Amino acid sequence: MIEQLTKNERQLAIVILLAITIWGMAFAGAGQGDPLGAHGFLIMAAGIAGIFWVISGYFSPEPPADRSDSYYDDPSRAGILFAMAWAVAGMFVGVWIALLLAYPDFTFDAAWASFGRLRPVHTSGVIFGFGGNALIATSFYVMQRTSRARLPDQLSPMFVLYGYNLFCVLAATGYLMGVTQSKEYAEPEWYADLWLTIVWVTYLIVYLRTLARRKEPHIYVANWYYLAFVVVVAMLHIINNLAVPVSFGSAKSYSLFSGVQDAMTQWWYGHNAVAFFLTAGFLGMMYYYLPKRAGRPLYSYRLSIISFWGITFLYMWAGSHHLHYTALPQWVQTLGMTFSVMLIVPSWAAAANALLTLNGAWHKVRDDAVLRFMMMAAVFYGLTTFEGSFLAIRSVNALSHYTDWTVGHVHAGALGWVALITFGSIYASVPWLWKRPAMYSARLVEVHFWLAISGTVVYVLAMWNSGIIQGLMWRTYNANGTLAYSFIDSLVEMHPYYVARAIGGLLFLIGALVGCYNIWMTIRTAPLAAEPTPGAVLEPVGDFPEPAAARQAAE
Amino acid sequence: MTVTYEELVWFAKTFGLFYFIAMSTIVLLYVYWPPNRREFDRAAASILEGDDRPCP
Repeated sequence: MIEQLTKNERQLAIVILLAITIWGMAFAGAGQGDPLGAHGFLIMAAGIAGIFWVISGYFSPEPPADRSDSYYDDPSRAGILFAMAWAVAGMFVGVWIALLLAYPDFTFDAAWASFGRLRPVHTSGVIFGFGGNALIATSFYVMQRTSRARLPDQLSPMFVLYGYNLFCVLAATGYLMGVTQSKEYAEPEWYADLWLTIVWVTYLIVYLRTLARRKEPHIYVANWYYLAFVVVVAMLHIINNLAVPVSFGSAKSYSLFSGVQDAMTQWWYGHNAVAFFLTAGFLGMMYYYLPKRAGRPLYSYRLSIISFWGITFLYMWAGSHHLHYTALPQWVQTLGMTFSVMLIVPSWAAAANALLTLNGAWHKVRDDAVLRFMMMAAVFYGLTTFEGSFLAIRSVNALSHYTDWTVGHVHAGALGWVALITFGSIYASVPWLWKRPAMYSARLVEVHFWLAISGTVVYVLAMWNSGIIQGLMWRTYNANGTLAYSFIDSLVEMHPYYVARAIGGLLFLIGALVGCYNIWMTIRTAPLAAEPTPGAVLEPVGDFPEPAAARQAAE
Repeated sequence: MTVTYEELVWFAKTFGLFYFIAMSTIVLLYVYWPPNRREFDRAAASILEGDDRPCP
């Protein structure tokens, strides 16, 4: 890792890490008696550990001068390992809080282990830790390959990856200490938000600099999606987190918005986080890895562009469907609902485009669990976007809102779409990145696939049932015109579904653990032939025939 | 100058519609412009090339 940095970059890395250490010291001093102080020590420790790491490799030889004819994949490799580690941690906490809802004693009478604190550890752990790292890792991989250009330098991608993980750690540890600004999916407080802004803008600059160096005249569609993800998340993050801290020594801040404006800003952020973090970024992944793995070009490149502009334009207005029947003006609710319904068009265009790309490669889907992960992801993407448009309709929302149906919908998307496309892309990338002939065990990929599918189905079916029962119980009136059931009555009815949900989540977690073992063993097996001589054409990498050759053979 | 709620709603309901139509028209023209077809076909096939190194 460090040996990949040039001498100047190593020096600059030490300067940056010194600045981080000083930032941590300042917080540790100013935040005594406040969670900010604890975070100060954590930031300081991260800075010092980083300095030791850079020094340990400081005197190793510099990277060769002709490095520009190879891709820079260290950040992608590290990002995949981070993603898998966060997947296990985030899903473990997910199973824990699922148990907590079925068996409240699992909180162990500890404040840090209460549902309200653990729940954002789960959501941030899987969305930002697992999903975010996977997006960063694959985007670096894809942008280089589709641009046919190496990343512009070695240090800034490392800064993005490690800086992003520092943000994730600050977020998760903060929640356990009770640090939150109480905005769903935007819980981290002002200082973590400022840090993420620096990291994210650097990410954007790395992306734009790589694209500026591209040798392909046309920017491949996957990059459009990744770039939309980077640009829009920056915009959402900055605006929704506009806040004034109580003092520079306090973790607490107050939002710049108030009342219904705050709610609207939050759900403009929240739904677009779903749109641009959990959809656009992962569509970028799908548009590269699925055709690549299938060895077939996209069914319709034109359709991919139309759905890109449809998704980016329409999603931006859909957030207000989270605020049906609130103080938000009726016409804004209707606007959100209408745009959500229209979204079915570009969403299904993307799902259909992916599935039609597989025409002619269905035998590979049968034999290759990696491609099957991606295929099922496209199926769940289609199902979830249909369900989302449906739930956004005001009268449907009257039944579904505040019930577990929403939780089921989110997990159909998060497990069925986001996690499946990510696991598929990771399994495809690992042999390519580590130059291994194939994954250590295709059978274990198969095991992971079926654990993930069964976990998702158990989870989602349990939540559909419990959600609809909840919704119906809450709106049942007796002959006197009062509610027939108390909230506790509905809670008792939920118990079996909550147990089922924990089982579904556990299956999914076991699948992720199997994946970790498989990836670890793949990395430990012997690599392919040594680095080829410059100018030589690389042998096909991956456990599938080289796509171009396979295509010619098929014709 | 203060913008009233009614003015904002009027703007959203008129400008928004034409913005949407104009966006869609531009995108469809770009996508179906005949000379672009070759570029799109080339782009779709470009990721399948096996050569895993940057262009010199």
